[in-house]
Amino acid sequence: MYAVEMRGVTKRFHGTLANDYVNFFVKKGEIHSLLGENGAGKTTLMNILFGLYKADGGSIRIHEKETRIDSPLAAISQGIAMVHQHFMLVDTLSVAENIVLGHEPRKGVFFDREKAFEKITEIAEKYHFQIDAREKVGNLSVGVKQRVEILKALYHESSVLILDEPTAVLTPQEADDLFRVLRGLKADGRTIIIITHKLKETMAIADTITVLRKGRTIATLPAREVSEEKLAELMVGRLVSFSVDKKPLRDNRPVKMKLSHVTLQKGSKKALQDVSLTVRGGEILGIAGVEGNGQTELIEVLTGLCSRYKGTVTVGDRDVSRAGAKKLLNYVGHIPEDRGKRGYVKGYANWENMILGYHTRPDYITKAGILKTKAIQEVTRRGIEEYDIRTDGIDQTTDSLSGGNQQKLIVGRVLMHHTGIVLAAQPTRGVDIGAIEYIHTQLVRLRDEGAAVILISADLDEIVKLSDEIAVLYEGSIVARKPAADFTGRSIGAYMLGHTKDEEVQA
Amino acid sequence: MKALNRIKNQIMKSEVLLSLIALLLSLLVSSVVIVIAGYSPFEAYGAMLDGAFGSGYYLAQTVGTAIPLIFSGLAMAIAAKVGVFNIGIEGQMIIGALPAALVGTYVTGLPGWLHLPLCILAAAVCGGLWAAVVAVLKNRLRINEVILTIMMNYVAMYIVDYLVNYPFRAEGMIIRTEEIRPTAAMTTLVAHTRLYSGIFLAVGAAAVLWFVLKKTCFGYELRAVGSNPDAAEAAGINRKKYVLWAMLISGALAGVGGAGEVLGFYGYYISNMTSGYGFDGIAIATMGRGNPFGTTLAAFLFGVLRNGATGMNRSTSIPGEFIQVLQALVILFVSTPGIIRAVQKRVKRKKVKKEAA
Repeated sequence: MYAVEMRGVTKRFHGTLANDYVNFFVKKGEIHSLLGENGAGKTTLMNILFGLYKADGGSIRIHEKETRIDSPLAAISQGIAMVHQHFMLVDTLSVAENIVLGHEPRKGVFFDREKAFEKITEIAEKYHFQIDAREKVGNLSVGVKQRVEILKALYHESSVLILDEPTAVLTPQEADDLFRVLRGLKADGRTIIIITHKLKETMAIADTITVLRKGRTIATLPAREVSEEKLAELMVGRLVSFSVDKKPLRDNRPVKMKLSHVTLQKGSKKALQDVSLTVRGGEILGIAGVEGNGQTELIEVLTGLCSRYKGTVTVGDRDVSRAGAKKLLNYVGHIPEDRGKRGYVKGYANWENMILGYHTRPDYITKAGILKTKAIQEVTRRGIEEYDIRTDGIDQTTDSLSGGNQQKLIVGRVLMHHTGIVLAAQPTRGVDIGAIEYIHTQLVRLRDEGAAVILISADLDEIVKLSDEIAVLYEGSIVARKPAADFTGRSIGAYMLGHTKDEEVQA
Repeated sequence: MKALNRIKNQIMKSEVLLSLIALLLSLLVSSVVIVIAGYSPFEAYGAMLDGAFGSGYYLAQTVGTAIPLIFSGLAMAIAAKVGVFNIGIEGQMIIGALPAALVGTYVTGLPGWLHLPLCILAAAVCGGLWAAVVAVLKNRLRINEVILTIMMNYVAMYIVDYLVNYPFRAEGMIIRTEEIRPTAAMTTLVAHTRLYSGIFLAVGAAAVLWFVLKKTCFGYELRAVGSNPDAAEAAGINRKKYVLWAMLISGALAGVGGAGEVLGFYGYYISNMTSGYGFDGIAIATMGRGNPFGTTLAAFLFGVLRNGATGMNRSTSIPGEFIQVLQALVILFVSTPGIIRAVQKRVKRKKVKKEAA
């Protein structure tokens, strides 16, 4: 018996097909993974199921009944709930208040707060959620916030639960907890759909897997009959290599950059606390950590965007503390963590974005301050070729490229202009597997050529795969720092959660 | 042929087409309004075109009207490029116009080649500094520039009104300053019209501005700040510096625009002489999509509309106010590209269907 049947669903955005006659069937009581690269149409399909988008064609059956879902309200009344990647919670309200929002229990015309607390506590206990219904949501960690969203679904007595990239913001430990919760819900007879592009978690939790590629259904298969490699091939459409070839560490690894006792106060709390790091040439230094533990601030210190810190930053034997972004650009190539924010200028053509930050170099402007357009365009052509940027040409605006190609342009820009140190922050966020593979290869090549690479990433797999040395950031401090071989994914995860005692890490 | 195709592609892709479609749509919708009011749109538009282009005199008036409009449009455009919404152009025009008049009147004994540029310089400096106050307050104290510029308009108006009413008022009934010296005057190009040599200055300013924005490092950085301040900051660009520069240039352009009316048309500063040119600049820059040449063309269009309205009043019983309806619609359509794109899409779809059939 199927809980969800979507037949021939088609959705078009500005002429491109996001969903092209997609068939998607989910059995009742199973955990079903909807797998695909970014832009494959997973979220679009689920937004149609949840009533956020209207399909251009196709039909939907819920629990064997033909239905029309034209709004989230309709979806909720059909027993469908969705946990979005970005939580829809009010920080200043309590857990229970958040959950009942819009469907509050009442006493006369008044909100019956006690009843809400009671009810939510009851549901939480039933499903073994360790959660205090009276706690303010603003005080909760990301993992617990996600659980509040799931509780919301349970409060609405939803039978079908959609989770959009649920582990994107979680540590491995938190992800395990989530999976435990999901298995509990499955035992209770609920149907769960997980949107994801991560193969590992798909293998860990799903009963059935549907792979989407370029808006089409490629396959639906039972999880126990496939391997990760096979899934990757289905997702990308060709064989994918999982490993990167790294040359052995060279003996001569000069210190390129040093942070000593950097402390940064932000409001009433310390965003960075006594951070000391040494970055060597020919080495990738990975900085792991749950997002919001000081990564952004560390990036701003390393790139000179922030100067309000205590402590010193040196490049070689030059003190560049508080020298400002313009000066630091001469030393540190910066691949920003949010490319839409700091990576490129909207409305600028590729050739204009290709030199952003390096545009004052004598190669690109005359002494009179006039842009050497020809030279810049030539460099851009070379960059597009060398870094495999798929574009209509140098005059196309960068904002109209796909995310992966925007990122390749930024990576290309930094690699073409770097002077020995590169800071790569979330270098593969939101890009497809093909581009990830490519960017990883480039970063390793950079290392092999003797440059120093600082890799800041929330993706633990990426850190483990690329780094020679790993430092873990937790609440603004470096809580662990060792050669990559001395860590396991699990022990890094424990440090990321702030467990610093060895026995906790071992566990 | 290849070059022609490239130009065509540019137009199709660019915002020029959007502005043209907006104009056509507004003509269409206004004609409906005119019909409802019981007049003939053909007669109305005929009179409008006649009023704007009907004779050498009218044409000269139309081009002449465009001079201050080009300046105010460019002033708006440069500020908008850096992300500042400068509604204070009206004030900056008069704060530049009065010093130009005073220098033109009270500085004596200079040859024309020096006196006239000095007047223009006075206007540019005063207008620029006046606008720069806004930039400094915005940079230092993060005060919203919209509120600031609106308030500064009043301040400018009252200061200038006081000066014209009391210390510098000329004899007679009209509230104005003394006549400027002949050495300070711009040349009138067509006798008894508004068309004076300032037109070359205006078009020249547009060309220079285009070059600076498109071809220089200064323009590259300035546009980056306006379009994505975070990326600009990460690229080592000093945002505040460009906000200040853009406002200086914006105010200077506005001031010179006001000075042109004094030195080329009136021959003295007269109360209320800018009559909304500064505010028209907002619409003109929007219609020109911030491109200096587009802005110049849009200023001409507004010149056509202003003089067309006079024409309608003169030769028909149709009230010239309909032109204001038209003008309002142009602004409405230009600032809501969504409407135009929807129309474009529909046309395209029909084409596709036809081809399929």
